[in-house]
Amino acid sequence: MAYRNKNAAFLWGYRLYVLAFFIFLAAPLIAAGSFAFNDSLFPSLPWRGFTLDWFFNDTEPKLGMFHDRRLLSGLYYSFVIASIVSMLSVAVGTCNAFLFVRGQFPAKNALYILMILPLVIPGVILGISMLVLASTIANGLENRFDIEIDALRPGIALVVLGQFAFITTITSLVITARLKKFDDSMEEAAFNLGASRARVLRTITLPFLRPAMIAAGIVAFLVSFENFNTTLFLVGSESPLTITMYDRMAKVGSTPVLNAVSFVLMLGSGLLALVTIAVQRDKSKG
Amino acid sequence: MQKDVKRLSLILLFTPFALWILLLIIIPHMGMVVLSLREKVAPRVYEYGLGNYIDFINEPIYWNTLLRTGSMSLLVTVLALLIGFPIAYYIAKIAGNRTRGALFLLCLVPLWVSDLIRAFGWILLLRETGVISSVLQWSGLVHEPIEFLYNDVTVIIGLVYTVILFMIVPLVSTLDGMDNAMIEAGYNLGGSGPTVLRRIIIPYAMPGIVSGCIVVFMLTAGSYLTPILLGGKNSSWFTEQIYDQFITRFNWESGAAFGFLLLVFTSFVVWLGLKITGQTLANTVARS
Repeated sequence: MAYRNKNAAFLWGYRLYVLAFFIFLAAPLIAAGSFAFNDSLFPSLPWRGFTLDWFFNDTEPKLGMFHDRRLLSGLYYSFVIASIVSMLSVAVGTCNAFLFVRGQFPAKNALYILMILPLVIPGVILGISMLVLASTIANGLENRFDIEIDALRPGIALVVLGQFAFITTITSLVITARLKKFDDSMEEAAFNLGASRARVLRTITLPFLRPAMIAAGIVAFLVSFENFNTTLFLVGSESPLTITMYDRMAKVGSTPVLNAVSFVLMLGSGLLALVTIAVQRDKSKG
Repeated sequence: MQKDVKRLSLILLFTPFALWILLLIIIPHMGMVVLSLREKVAPRVYEYGLGNYIDFINEPIYWNTLLRTGSMSLLVTVLALLIGFPIAYYIAKIAGNRTRGALFLLCLVPLWVSDLIRAFGWILLLRETGVISSVLQWSGLVHEPIEFLYNDVTVIIGLVYTVILFMIVPLVSTLDGMDNAMIEAGYNLGGSGPTVLRRIIIPYAMPGIVSGCIVVFMLTAGSYLTPILLGGKNSSWFTEQIYDQFITRFNWESGAAFGFLLLVFTSFVVWLGLKITGQTLANTVARS
C-alpha cells in the first residue's frame, strides 16, 4: 500500500511537471497574441480595455495592421515566396522520393546522406554561400560581358532559391516516408490489367502519395513563411514579413500592431496545421 | 527496351536531385571556401592565402565567441534533453490514448509559430516594463521594475524554448515504437525504476536521442534571432559576427571564413557525438 501511495504521489508530481511544461510552452505565445487586443500604445500591462484598433483602425498613431502598407506588402511578398518555394520543393521532393525508394544506382546511401545535409547546415551559412555565389556570377557577367542580371542580386529570386535549398530536404523526407509504405502489388495488378506506366502513375501511385504531398506542401509553405536566418542575407528591397517585423522590433520599438500580426500568423499556421493533420488522418484510414 | 525505359526514368529522376544538390548546396559552399581564402591587399587587388583564418586565430574576441557559442549550444542541448525526455515519455507511454494525441498536437503548435514571434513573446514577458516585472510589483514582492532581458540565463531559456520541440518530436516517435512489454519485463525481473530507465528505455531510445540532439545543437549554434533579441547587442553569438562581417563591415572574405569555421566546428561536434554514441547519421536524423 505504501508503495502504491508513493507511486501515486510520483504520478501526480509527474503530471504537475507536464502541466508546468505546457504553461512554459504557451506563455510567450499567449503574451504575443493577447496584447493585440489591449487598448494601449504599448504592448505591456496595465490592461486598458479591449480593442480591435490594432487590426482595423486606419489612422496614426494606432494604425491597424490591415491598413499598414509596409506590413501588408511584407505579408504579400512572404505569401508569394512561400507559394513558389512550396510548389518547387514538393515537385523536386516527389522526384527524390521515387529516386531513393525505387531507383538502384551506385553510392545510393552516400547520396541519401547528401540529401539530408541541407537540413543540418545552419541557415545563416546557407544564406551567405548563396549570396556569395550569386554575386560572383553576377559580377563576372557584368565585368566580362557587360550583362546585368537582376535575379542574381539580392531579391525575391535569391530568397526563393535559398529557402528551396533546405526545404526540399523536408518535403523529400515526408514524401519518401509515404512512398515506402506503398504496396507494390497494387501497381502490378494495374500493369496486369493492361495499364500503361503513365496511367498507373496518374491513377494509382500519385493518388496514394497525395496526402503526403499536400502535407509536405503545407509544411514547406510554413517553414518558408517564417524563415528568417537564410532570408536575412538574400533579401533585397522587397522584404518579406519576418524581415519587416524584425526591423520594426529592432529599430522603431514595438507597438501592439506587431502583436496583431503575431495573432494573425498564429491563427493562420494553427489552421494550416489542422488541415495537415486532417489530411494525414484520412491517409491512415485509406 | 524495358531496360532503356528504366535507365531513362532513372536519369530523369536523378536530374532534379543532382541540379539541386550541386547548384544550391555544393557549389555555393565551395564558393564560400574559395572566397574565404582570398585577401584584399589593395582596392580591387586580391591574393590567395590563409590570412582570414590567421586573423581569426589572432583575435581572441572571434574565437572566444565561437567557443562561447559552442559551449552554450551544448548546454542548451543537454537542458533540452533533460527537460524534454520526461515530456516525451509521458506523451508516448503514460498518457491515455486521447490525451496523447492532444498533447502531441499541443507540442507541435508552437513549432509552427515563427521564432520571431516566440522571441517577441518572451520580450513582452521579461522586459523591464514586461508582464512578469509588472505582476511582481503589483503583488508587492518587489518595489522597482526588474529587467530580466539581456543576460545569459535568459538567452539560454529562450534557446531551450525555441528548440525543445525538435527534441521532443523524434523522442516521442521513437518511444512510441517501443513495446510496453519490454518495460514490464524489466520490472518483473526485479529492476527498479532507474535501472529500467538506464538499461532498457534509454538504450532503446538512443537513435531518437541522438537525432534530437544533433538537430537541436545545429539549430542552436546557427540561431540568430533568439540570442540577439533576448541577449541584446552584447550577446556575442557567432552568427552575429558573421552578419557583422558581411553586412556591417562589408568584409565578405572574412565573413566567408567565419561561416566555414562555424560549419566545420558544428560538424565536428556532431561527428564527435555520433562517434561517442556509436550511431550514424543515416539511422538517426535520416530516419525521422
